[in-house]
Amino acid sequence: MELLSPVAPGWGGTLLVGLLHSLEIAVGATCLGLLIGTAGAFGKLYGGPVTRDLLAVYTTVVRAVPELVLILLLYYAGTDLINQVLAAMGYQRVDISGLVAGIFVLGFVQGAYSTEVIRGAILAIPQGQIEAARAYGMSPGLMLRRITLPAMLPFAIPGLANLWLIATKDTALLAVVGFFELTLATRQAAGVTKAYLIFYLAAGVLYLAVTLFSNMIIGRVEAWARRGMPSIKEAR
Amino acid sequence: MSTEATAINMAARASLWLKPHRIVLILIALALVICAIVFMRWDWLPQYWEMGLMGLWRALWILAVTCALGFALAVPLGLAQAGGPIWFSAPAKVFCTIIRGTPLLLQLWLLYYGLGSIFPQYPWIRESWLWPYLRQAWPYAVVALTFSFAGYEGEVMRGAFAGVPRGQLEAARAFGMSRWKIFRRIWLPQAFYRALPTLTGETVLQLKSTPLVATISVIDIFAVSSKVRQDTYLTYEPLLLLALIYMTITGILVFVFSRIEARIPVKIG
Repeated sequence: MELLSPVAPGWGGTLLVGLLHSLEIAVGATCLGLLIGTAGAFGKLYGGPVTRDLLAVYTTVVRAVPELVLILLLYYAGTDLINQVLAAMGYQRVDISGLVAGIFVLGFVQGAYSTEVIRGAILAIPQGQIEAARAYGMSPGLMLRRITLPAMLPFAIPGLANLWLIATKDTALLAVVGFFELTLATRQAAGVTKAYLIFYLAAGVLYLAVTLFSNMIIGRVEAWARRGMPSIKEAR
Repeated sequence: MSTEATAINMAARASLWLKPHRIVLILIALALVICAIVFMRWDWLPQYWEMGLMGLWRALWILAVTCALGFALAVPLGLAQAGGPIWFSAPAKVFCTIIRGTPLLLQLWLLYYGLGSIFPQYPWIRESWLWPYLRQAWPYAVVALTFSFAGYEGEVMRGAFAGVPRGQLEAARAFGMSRWKIFRRIWLPQAFYRALPTLTGETVLQLKSTPLVATISVIDIFAVSSKVRQDTYLTYEPLLLLALIYMTITGILVFVFSRIEARIPVKIG
């Protein structure tokens, strides 16, 4: 048990640093994914034919290829591309930090999934509300800010909450490309001390705590986003 | 419908789909593929394709076995949560929560490195007939992936079992069916039809988690591509081919499931 203590002889501190890195990446990736997803959903719904087809290719390909393969491809391709662009412009090569690369890669993957979630949520808004906003002469930007985004939120939150939980778990995959997050920290601690079972169980407890805590928050947020709407139980 | 009408119908559908901008996009995509074939290095293919086929076969085998076993485990898990007494439903719920709340990679490493380091300490395990299997990596991969599929699908089956209208079950009881017969003839088939659309998604997700087994030294198609990368120092070619292979398998899976779904009577509920 003293192996898990947070101070120097124990490895608890290492695990917590790993957890912090995991959460940083998950938060960053989810935010980037939301941005891509909102833009993608609007592109799919209101864009021209070429935009729509390109977005369809993006969401289909990203959702059909394993995350691990995508992470490897984007990790190498992304850093390679940036360095080649920098070299072409006459700058020095830079080392891209694992954090930025991880956020970019996972955000790109999350973007494909959240595009579909947000697209579905926008389609679920009663058509009359959007027509009413148009009838008031709202500009597209104002309509997005005041009507579309708040009205789609209750429909999008269950799907987006799922995506957040997937994001926290997908950070574990970055261990394979050598980014120091909870799973890799666990592996190192376990490898040094040979106490494999204890450390993997501890990491599992940490991940589970994140999930359960998130579920609690999500319940609150969902209740807030659905305020003023009839409850699901009564609707049945 | 006559064959002529079918042909006209298909031509109309094709012209609807093949708009001018699509033709341009397809030509661009073709040009990219041809560039990839011409300008990238593919001379390693003849040397490795046999190994790749073996890896592909192993990945598909793991996918099929874990989906079948996982579904068999998901049925009791879902049933216990939907209608079981608390001492069945609570453990099932805890199991599903734990599986769904932790990353599969961690579960895999917990089983392989964690349990794998515990087993050799007990002489009676080392002397048992199981030991030759427990020394290899694939049983751990199969167990971890099976549990993962069962955890996710158990939750789906819970909803599916709960979603079967009560009237159906009451009617079955009024016919004098035994409980086992009600389950076999009414409850399970109707729940299965309800779960089928999500089953497609879960199977594709399961396919996308199979490359994780490469991290515990099971040689699947992903491990083969890693080996190619190590041997030839090529980064993109093996990964791109791998992505293409997974996309093809996903396409085939979705097609097969949509055919199965089309055969099932739609009028339920």
